[in-house]
Amino acid sequence: MGDALPPFQRFLDEHRDPVYRFLLAFAGPSEAEDCFQETFLAALRAYPRLRDASNLRGWVLTIARRKALDAARRRRRADPVAEVPDAVDQAPEADDGQVWGLVSGLPPRQREAITLRYAADLAYREIAALMACSEPAARQSVRLGLARLRKEWRG
Amino acid sequence: MSGIEEVLGARRDVSGAAARAAARVADRARDDGLTDVLYAEVPSPFGSLLVASTRRGLVRLAYPDESVDSVLERLAARVSPRILEGPLDRERRELEEYFESKRDRFEVPVDLSMVAGFGRKVLRATARIPYGRVLTYREVAARAGSPRGSRAAGNALGANPIPIVVPCHRVVATGGGLGGYTGGIDRKEFLLRLEGHLAQ
Repeated sequence: MGDALPPFQRFLDEHRDPVYRFLLAFAGPSEAEDCFQETFLAALRAYPRLRDASNLRGWVLTIARRKALDAARRRRRADPVAEVPDAVDQAPEADDGQVWGLVSGLPPRQREAITLRYAADLAYREIAALMACSEPAARQSVRLGLARLRKEWRG
Repeated sequence: MSGIEEVLGARRDVSGAAARAAARVADRARDDGLTDVLYAEVPSPFGSLLVASTRRGLVRLAYPDESVDSVLERLAARVSPRILEGPLDRERRELEEYFESKRDRFEVPVDLSMVAGFGRKVLRATARIPYGRVLTYREVAARAGSPRGSRAAGNALGANPIPIVVPCHRVVATGGGLGGYTGGIDRKEFLLRLEGHLAQ
């Protein structure tokens, strides 16, 4: 038994920014909004049955991640050529958009680890839990991802 | 720190877009009937009242002295955590009309699920006291089925989760005193005066 569940409105207010940022980077700008809706509606459905309120951010990001992966799968089925979320329509605003565009071109594990670390602001322990890997493995994915980004950035 | 980590770590401000997306979630949740409690803040002569309703009816009305967070947290624990802000137009309108003396009875149903046992009977009896009239604690206790339960009735009224609409201000002490009031005696006086029970 964890902490008491906060009223859903508080939960939504508190986690909407990191979830939105995560989806923008992980699902791409064209899918972020729909995934966001689906994530929080699914969370609301499951909310009263939730037993442990100690890591709500991790919980909602788990749902967001699944929704993003579902959306990518749906899109691949519709258009087999489209592999990764649209790197190109990632906001053209300078550095930030450009780098996140590169992130969406990374191998899946690296892309995911980087997104959870930097867009959702999770600790490595939480990233490991979400990605079902060890903490060193999560660090390693981030490190490899960063190395690759450094090479490609303004390269 | 290398440049790229700074760029990635400079968290983009998404608050506007995220807030709009969250508002759409709330709209859809209400439309799909996924919420168990809706709440709103409603203006009144006492300041902003927190009003919360379930599908069954008005479940909570809190004076401004209670913090919104603690009221919502208790609702989450006692009723359901599926709580979202909502318009509650009907509750808002009826309260507004009541304070403008354009309404002498509330039509919104009440949900007494936060009250158990004898307390619920007391509040049901209280809800039937007409506008501008008063009963004593003893009379209310009798109507709730326990003629000697005036102290218990007083406790139940003191813990009334829906003041104003369940008019516990219409219950007064035997012998002419006003008795106590959850929201403070000044508010009880104000409400009785508004209803014409006390002279202006």
